[in-house]
Amino acid sequence: MAGKVLDIRAISASTNPAPGIRTAPVVAKLIDTSSCIGCKACEVACQEWNDLPAETTVQLGTYQTLPDTTPNLWNLIKFSEHETADGSFQWLFRKDQCMHCSDPGCLKACPAPGAIVQYNNGIVDFQQDNCIGCGYCIAGCPFNVPKMSKHTKKVYKCTLCVDRVSVGLEPACIKACPTNCLTFGDKDVLLQKAEKRVNQLKAAGFTEAAVYDPPGVGGTGVVTVLAYGASPEAYGLPKDPHIPTLVELWKSPLKWLGNLAIVAGVLGTFVHYLRFGPKHVPPDAETTQQKSAQ
Amino acid sequence: MKPAMLKPVKVNPGHVLRYNFAERLVHWTAALSYIFLMLSGLAFWTPWMWWVAMMLGGGPVARALHPWFGLIFTASVIYMLRMWLPDMRITPTDLEWKKTIRAYVRNEEEEMHPLQAERGFARFAPVARFNLGQKYLFWVMFWGGITLFVTGMVLWFTDYIPWSLRWIRWLAAFLHPVAFLVTLAGFIIHVYMGTAVVRGGFSSVIRGEVTEGWARYHHRLWYERISKGAAGTEDVTTR
Repeated sequence: MAGKVLDIRAISASTNPAPGIRTAPVVAKLIDTSSCIGCKACEVACQEWNDLPAETTVQLGTYQTLPDTTPNLWNLIKFSEHETADGSFQWLFRKDQCMHCSDPGCLKACPAPGAIVQYNNGIVDFQQDNCIGCGYCIAGCPFNVPKMSKHTKKVYKCTLCVDRVSVGLEPACIKACPTNCLTFGDKDVLLQKAEKRVNQLKAAGFTEAAVYDPPGVGGTGVVTVLAYGASPEAYGLPKDPHIPTLVELWKSPLKWLGNLAIVAGVLGTFVHYLRFGPKHVPPDAETTQQKSAQ
Repeated sequence: MKPAMLKPVKVNPGHVLRYNFAERLVHWTAALSYIFLMLSGLAFWTPWMWWVAMMLGGGPVARALHPWFGLIFTASVIYMLRMWLPDMRITPTDLEWKKTIRAYVRNEEEEMHPLQAERGFARFAPVARFNLGQKYLFWVMFWGGITLFVTGMVLWFTDYIPWSLRWIRWLAAFLHPVAFLVTLAGFIIHVYMGTAVVRGGFSSVIRGEVTEGWARYHHRLWYERISKGAAGTEDVTTR
């Protein structure tokens, strides 16, 4: 969306290396789940800024808007009920959205040149005009984020408001948050802030409190403070996310072995022809009245 | 078999019918759909081949058509199984033929041909309607095609696979190109053999006819079977 303002660090399915040579501070969003009140102001702000149509909500028996994010809903507060180790009940809220992985599985899996880019500030963005609607990003994502629109046959997700960030504004969801549960800025600074919050939570008796910045995907552009950090699954987050091994195998050894085999196969038949040539039907195998058709 | 196939087929003198119209039609339905799938698939496989997608109407068009051609290919492969299963079963004679496959690959079977046996050369096992290599190609294409169909359906509807069964998405994304590579190996060898090496093979699958000498030389058991009937006046390809 804002390619002129931001350099590109990585680009999907391209023979042309990503042009970015400047380094920029990696930006991040910090979500402190312990101070989220589940007001969904961020959901509304996201819909409004990105001009997305509202979808009909589903009654799930909880406060949650829809079961999952959709092509038109990139930001969803997930409400979950969690029983802690000491048997007490906790009602957990977490802002679900694209995690903006440093090592994005969607980008790795994407076969369409330029359909997925990663800017040098770490934002992973889908370029729908280059998207071919194959859905491989859906298979490559360890967080189940990309959602295919049945209408356009293209995939959509949170852009981390790259259009706002590239002109020095904070994302719409951050702007709308009334409790400062959401903050935005340099990732290094936010990680220090997250650590401080974890220490506060631990002092307050949340001994499991932890920062969720999973190393399996190289860290994420969305850093989450979890009061019950020992069980991220309780918040709907995978414990140790990484790009699916089968997707990795497909994109590195299989691809290069396959390319080698294809070239070897074509060259092999050619060399075989140079060496052995065609088969000939011996003349005495022919019937008397008819010569070979060749 | 079907009444249409039992109608007399006119064949040029000295020729026999190797592939009837239905067989030729199904072969080329499979071949042309496979070529489309291969070209669009190679464009999705590596950005080096992305330009091919442009020639097929652009990325979204190639992507939109790919699964429909896949359905056509799957249907034609299943019809081929129906048509050719009796001819494609691997027999003890095939295993005997396999022992001399090195000579076949090096075009040295001429000296070992059964027709030459009386001249004291080593025996080369006679071949029925299809040789072992053709049978291997058929089974590679059949099982490869089934794998491509099943994994392709998963990839076509990836977003309908529940998150709890996400391993199915991953497995499909991996197995689809694996099965493609296996069928591509078969395809390259098949096209090379059928056009460059075994002269007369390509025209046989276009016009259906081969010379009696060709039939006797390459597929002696088949030739002997069909020549017992009135060759050239009826559809001798059906069993």
